[in-house]
Amino acid sequence: MTTASSADHPTRRDFLFVATGAAAAVGGAAALWPFISQMNPDASTIAAGAPIEVDLSPIAEGQDIKVFWRGKPIYISHRTKKQIDEARAVNVASLPDPQSDEARVKSGHEQWLVVIGICTHLGCIPIAHEGSYDGFFCPCHGSQYDSSGRIRQGPAPANLPVPPYQFVSDTKIQIG
Amino acid sequence: MSGPSDYQPSNPALQWIERRLPIFGLIHSSFVAYPTPRNLNYWWTFGAILSFMLGMQILTGVILAMHYTPHADLAFKSVELIVRDVNYGWLLRNMHAVGASMFFVAVYVHMFRGLYYGSYKEPREVLWILGVIIYLLMMATGFMGYVLPWGQMSFWGATVITNLFSAIPYVGESIVTLLWGGYSVGNPTLNRFFSLHYLLPFLIAGVVVLHVWALHVAGQNNPDGVEPKTEKDTVPFTPHATIKDMFGVTCFMLLYAWFIFYMPNYLGDADNYIPANPGVTPPHIVPEWYYLPFYAILRSIPNKLAGVIAMFGAIIILCFLPWLDSARTKSSKYRPLAKQFFWIFVAVCILLGYLGAQPPEGIYVVAGRVLTFCYFAYFLIVLPLLARIEKPRPVPNSISDAVLAKTGSRSTPMVSTAIMLALAGSLFAGSIDSAKASEGGDQPPSIKWSFSGPFGKFDRGALQRGLKVYKEVCASCHGLSYVAFRNLAEPGGPGYSVAQASAFASEYKVKDGPNDAGDMFERAGRPADYFPSPFPNEQAARAANGGAAPPDLSLITKARSYKRGFPWFIVDFFTQYQEQGPDYVAAVLQGFEDKAPEGVTLPEGSYYNKYFPGHAIKMPKPLSDGQVSYDDGSPTTVAQYAKDVTTFLMWTAEPHMEARKRLGFQVFVFLIIFAILMYFTKKKVWADSH
Repeated sequence: MTTASSADHPTRRDFLFVATGAAAAVGGAAALWPFISQMNPDASTIAAGAPIEVDLSPIAEGQDIKVFWRGKPIYISHRTKKQIDEARAVNVASLPDPQSDEARVKSGHEQWLVVIGICTHLGCIPIAHEGSYDGFFCPCHGSQYDSSGRIRQGPAPANLPVPPYQFVSDTKIQIG
Repeated sequence: MSGPSDYQPSNPALQWIERRLPIFGLIHSSFVAYPTPRNLNYWWTFGAILSFMLGMQILTGVILAMHYTPHADLAFKSVELIVRDVNYGWLLRNMHAVGASMFFVAVYVHMFRGLYYGSYKEPREVLWILGVIIYLLMMATGFMGYVLPWGQMSFWGATVITNLFSAIPYVGESIVTLLWGGYSVGNPTLNRFFSLHYLLPFLIAGVVVLHVWALHVAGQNNPDGVEPKTEKDTVPFTPHATIKDMFGVTCFMLLYAWFIFYMPNYLGDADNYIPANPGVTPPHIVPEWYYLPFYAILRSIPNKLAGVIAMFGAIIILCFLPWLDSARTKSSKYRPLAKQFFWIFVAVCILLGYLGAQPPEGIYVVAGRVLTFCYFAYFLIVLPLLARIEKPRPVPNSISDAVLAKTGSRSTPMVSTAIMLALAGSLFAGSIDSAKASEGGDQPPSIKWSFSGPFGKFDRGALQRGLKVYKEVCASCHGLSYVAFRNLAEPGGPGYSVAQASAFASEYKVKDGPNDAGDMFERAGRPADYFPSPFPNEQAARAANGGAAPPDLSLITKARSYKRGFPWFIVDFFTQYQEQGPDYVAAVLQGFEDKAPEGVTLPEGSYYNKYFPGHAIKMPKPLSDGQVSYDDGSPTTVAQYAKDVTTFLMWTAEPHMEARKRLGFQVFVFLIIFAILMYFTKKKVWADSH
């Protein structure tokens, strides 16, 4: 742009240049949006992420299954009495990510632990029934989770997250 | 790019970089201080417009590649998913598909401008030849891009164009096999075309750098064709040329946006909304409009090899132009004869384009041969001869003399050029439609649709009634496989709630699986499911319907068209008429007659339809009065059913049409205001220079 006009005397020319520049900036910014927005999940991906129902009746005590919801593995564990007691006996304040077992399961369905099976360290999938805490062990960098899916040892900063779910009947849950 | 620069940035950090990599000096000398002739007209802004279009094509292309699947079984569907499901996917796809045409519009203007003003003459021969190379690369890129959606025209275009190479003696067949990667056009062909289509634009960008480099060494030509002599003859590139180019680009964007938002399929071919079918060739194979003149030359020569040579020769000959035209005067402004022959040549090219879209028979063949002769005669006879016999008018001593002399008498050829080019564009474009003559079908009557025009919206009632007609009548034979139940609740659709769409979905049984035991099972439909097809596969559909598989209806209103003819296709550009498809579908539904007229015998199992091409349709009359009950009091007549179900099928073909037109209006308001601002800014910037 020219610098012919001085700052002390704003002229009509300055106004025109500023207005044109501002319009170009606004138009350019608005035009950018579709190019960014297209990266977000498309409508079919979002639709495929709808809630799923899982039948719990085939899962025996002490067993667990892995189902996929929105491309993420969800561990559903039918915990034993021992596992529940262990999870509840811990001093919550001593945990790296303090959270009580009661807050991580649905009351009345304490035997069912539903967690997203993705290590909170760097996204690997922990192995169930391994490690020193009767819970999960992540083979990538050695994080250990207890029978409530809480982080106990290793580099992971947080507990395994609990996905949104509810019991539609005693033996059926809806995830999502 | 013209020698070392003494430019020094003031910022110390930039100075530090500049000492090690003089990039700011390069930019400054190339795009800021670079002296540009002061008498350039708006035809010179097409260089900037082309850079803009190349940028847009690469940007939108890279994005489309993030969502596209280059596989013969999935490509067509993936393009539909882009348009339907990806956020702004319809916009990006339209930008890219229309962008290819706009790129060619701009390159043709740019080339004709070079031709008119003698921009290929000494010392700009290399600059010109680089331009021809860019043009060739563009043609290759455009062709391979057109193959990617894997529709009927994609497939058969690929077949025809690759077969050109079979004309080469001895090795032709081997070369074609090599290009295909198989015994016919197939998945390997699609895969390599995708790879090359991604590569070539970057090669173009590379040659563009050379082109600009050569331009900055030789300097720009100008309308008077005299080289700048003093500083008075030039103005600095920035801000003068920059602002003028940006104004030119803004105006060009108006045309671009017109197609993107209001006529996205005007330049395309309805047949390309039919998935590729290696067993059926469309009745009229027509290339994209920008290849039509060369296609006409190919068809004019009755010998295969000679035809191919002539077609490629028509482009290669441009490389020799600097030596064929040895006249010393550059600009046709000062060459009275050359000017006239230039316009004749433009007309020849346009007419060749028109012929390229016509069926190769009768008068069209003769005209094609005459015009092919004229095309080559211009380069091989007219230009060399003119250089010897023409007496040019005296050229001005300098650019500033020309500018001073010009004030007062505005040159008029530009106006006629504009008219010619507008005509050329519309002629080319429309001739595609004219080529798709429906054989013997009556012209469908034009219906007044609620969704036509720049503010068109779907009639919700018609969409809901149309869905009912589809479900109760059409669905027994025709699939709707690109439409999901969730779409029924999306904005711009039939206006159902999410709960209504879910309830609608749950009435359907959908096959799912395998379950834990490895078995497939049936379950109630969910919003994410697609309308189930009535037949498990095409063979079953064929077997159940007398050998003719009922087509999927998702895209039917975009996949059908009829001949509009001259001059309607030009009018259509301005009126935004693009409802050939719906008009045709509604007409066919109502065009059944119980008895064929005298003298017409129908094949076994066919029915007479006034509007169906060839009149013998395998589908029995599907609709009769009172067949579907309406609960909103609309008349239960065939005409109403046809209109409703066609409206519904227009929505299934383009569920985001309302969003497209709405955004289009916003874009136009912005672009018009911005163009006005740019115009006055440009005037102010140039005020001191005139």
